Amino acid sequence: MLEALDVSVRAGDLLAVQQVSAAFERGAFSAIIGPNGAGKSTLMRALAGLTPVQGGEVRWQGRSLASHSRRERARTLAYLAQTEALPPDTKVRDVVALGRGAGEWLWGLFPGNPLSFGGLSADDDGAIACAMQRTDTARFADRPVAELSGGEQQRVSLARALAAEPDFLLLDEPTNHLDLAYGLNLIKTLREEVHNGLGVVAVLHDLNLAARADHLLLLSEGRVVAQGRAENVLTPRHLEAVYGVRVDVIRHGGRLVVVPEG
Amino acid sequence: MSAVKTFPRRAASSPALPTLFLLAATLATVLLAVGLGSVPISPADTLKAIGHGLSGAELSGNDVIVWQLRLPRVALGWLVGAALGVSGGAFQGVFRNPLADPYLMGVASGAGLGATLVIALGLATLWLPLFALTGAMLSVFTALLIAREGNRLPPARLILAGVVVGSILTAFTTYLLLQNADRIRQVFAFTLGNLAFAGWPQVGRLLPYVLIGGGALLLLARALNTLQLGDLTARSLGLPVERLRLLVIVAASLCTAGAVSYAGIIGFIGLVTPHLVRRLWGADHRILLPISAIAGGTLLVLSDLLARTLTRPAELPVGVVTTLLGGPFFLYLLRRQKT
Repeated sequence: MLEALDVSVRAGDLLAVQQVSAAFERGAFSAIIGPNGAGKSTLMRALAGLTPVQGGEVRWQGRSLASHSRRERARTLAYLAQTEALPPDTKVRDVVALGRGAGEWLWGLFPGNPLSFGGLSADDDGAIACAMQRTDTARFADRPVAELSGGEQQRVSLARALAAEPDFLLLDEPTNHLDLAYGLNLIKTLREEVHNGLGVVAVLHDLNLAARADHLLLLSEGRVVAQGRAENVLTPRHLEAVYGVRVDVIRHGGRLVVVPEG
Repeated sequence: MSAVKTFPRRAASSPALPTLFLLAATLATVLLAVGLGSVPISPADTLKAIGHGLSGAELSGNDVIVWQLRLPRVALGWLVGAALGVSGGAFQGVFRNPLADPYLMGVASGAGLGATLVIALGLATLWLPLFALTGAMLSVFTALLIAREGNRLPPARLILAGVVVGSILTAFTTYLLLQNADRIRQVFAFTLGNLAFAGWPQVGRLLPYVLIGGGALLLLARALNTLQLGDLTARSLGLPVERLRLLVIVAASLCTAGAVSYAGIIGFIGLVTPHLVRRLWGADHRILLPISAIAGGTLLVLSDLLARTLTRPAELPVGVVTTLLGGPFFLYLLRRQKT
């Protein structure tokens, strides 16, 4: 379980996240929603251990995340940044391979073959191939990243994150810049991973995609407004209070759909 | 849809051919550089002389020219070029900026000030490498200290700090030059790059910098690959990004400072070589860095050969040759690059 206990995080001079408490389970798909500037990305970075918390504590596997070593953290928590820079001249397979063992940056440089400069073991190769299989990126494994579309690059980044075989995957606005099909496809892939036991936390702007999550966390101005199942969080009262827009929430095919009025 | 499949932009999947070509070019360049001069010496005699020199046999005739004059110059030139090539590749990688070059952190200005001090104070030229090296490393550490933000080293601040520290040091150098106008030629000889004073002792003294700095960079090559994903992603993958950046800058600066202190400021080798290598071998730093070292060494030996033969018996400063060749070539690469 990945937990935020009364967490406050500074971003610049601003306290972007204030006393947020939330628990995220493995085998569940959680979505963090809220308007721009609500502190979603900052909270994600804190959950990933990439930014220090000013108050409270992020707990991972029953103890403070800060007490985990860099390597333990990197092996168990994968993070996908909002805009991940992919080196354009690098082959897809090589990008995905970067997901393996980066924590062993210097001392573990020579596992196995000393000529490999930190090259990969059979385990690594297996995990990389498997990650590309699951994200449907294996078919362009040998192409340079620059030749792929934005949606395909996003899948490469996902493969890179999954190659580490993490327990939790934290994604910061993964569906931005994706068209309808790619967005849905990404959610479907994440669903499959969740089914296999991965914990997923994603910052989402699209409330109708977020409605598919098992657990929602609605943030506004750095604080939790509501959390829980979609029907308890995506209510007209909450959304109007947070976004300042009148909305209807209707049910369509067993799923909630948020329709702004006007 | 175009039906014609264009050639792949890089031959990265089969870098064996370029590698063979590079090794052959290196050997040919070395033999040519040792053989050509006021006294032409055949490759066979060159090899024989090297044999004599290595075995410690008595040197006679052309052996002396090869072993005591040309070979140390070629060796020093190659080491300097290798140092610039590998540190250029490392700087471009660590700043994720293809315009970065080994002098980005003020190494050249610091070394220039050190050299100018020696000449202005009328010290023996024996002191020049030490002063240049000290000046170079001091300017790098000053820039690092200024750019530091808590325990972070933001790349944009590093570049700005390096450029400004460099400018300030250059202003000091200019002032010293104006005060010592009679010695201006000696300073120019240094700042334009010069391999004319090469000897085996210089080669021996430069070697440790290149081995230690270059070796450290090779150990960090995979981490540099990971860094290309961005700071945040690299940190999420367990990379100590700030420590890596510091180590790479110090190691690359050590290489560059060593090179500058024995050969002066030689432009464009460190900028152009990694670009060239990236086109043919791809962007993997585990390959890019060692190949850049070999290619940089060979390019500099070739440039030096031109510098001392084009206007014989006079010699051009090798830095002028590398800039005249490297500048236009870089512009050509820039025009061809698709964004």
